[in-house]
Amino acid sequence: MADPTAPGPAALRRGPLDHLSGALRAATVTGPRAVALTALPCRTTTALRAAPDGPVGARLAKVLGAPLPTRCGETARTDHGTALWLGPDEWLLVAEDAAPAPLTALDEALGDAPGQIVDVSAQRTVLELRGPAARDVLEKGCAPDLHPRAFPPGRAVTTAVGQVPLILWHSAADTYRLLPRSSFAEHLAHWLTDAMGEYGLPEVD
Amino acid sequence: MLQLTCPWCGPRDETEFHHGGQAHVARPADPAALDDAAWAAYLFFRDNPAGPFAERWVHSLGCRRWFHAVRDTVTYAVLATYRPDAPRPGLAVARPDGETR
Repeated sequence: MADPTAPGPAALRRGPLDHLSGALRAATVTGPRAVALTALPCRTTTALRAAPDGPVGARLAKVLGAPLPTRCGETARTDHGTALWLGPDEWLLVAEDAAPAPLTALDEALGDAPGQIVDVSAQRTVLELRGPAARDVLEKGCAPDLHPRAFPPGRAVTTAVGQVPLILWHSAADTYRLLPRSSFAEHLAHWLTDAMGEYGLPEVD
Repeated sequence: MLQLTCPWCGPRDETEFHHGGQAHVARPADPAALDDAAWAAYLFFRDNPAGPFAERWVHSLGCRRWFHAVRDTVTYAVLATYRPDAPRPGLAVARPDGETR
């Protein structure tokens, strides 16, 4: 039961994978083909929709401190997190912490133009798969080419892993962030830990 | 498995898409003026060619955008994919009723 004297709603947050933290730790694989899965703490996520070109795009870029990416797979580091390209007029702004997004400033930048600025922090869960074997694990259930020449760090695509629709973000070398809808997170975590198991065993020719 | 080239996301597996039926079916300008047979023809009757067929697809697991593809129904070869506001490439023929096939 949550402490009723806790300071504000943020203290009441429970991640959809909190109850699996022990299982995720136990699934960590060490050795030459190491891979580890963690559920990252809740972070501020903002859905942006707007026409990318023209004055609106420029005004949004001014608020964010960087232009929004314009092509599939691209991401852009901004002052308020990383903007992931989801569609020709759609982005997801993912912060590194739970600090509030500049919703009012973004809304003013959008003005009367068609589009939307919505806080969707509770919509998705962020899982991080890290290690030399991370790409091998993902390739068991993900169709797009994940070789670094096609999918280098800094790229993100909307696709499916283990039939779970998600955003797959190559956030750093050998580090992939998976952003499924929160209700899919538990199934995905079980799928990934199952897929990771074999890498703790000696490789068979 | 088919591989379709989304105009925005590039080549992806068929499982990321959903099919939306025949493309370039023009909605009648004044539906109220049609009799039942003409309305039914618009609503239910579709071409069924053996050969190139323009159809609608949506990239539901990707950018969620609709686009058009010309697919050969005999060989399953995808001959072209293009944005929905673009004319059908190459074979566009304007018909007297304003429908383009």
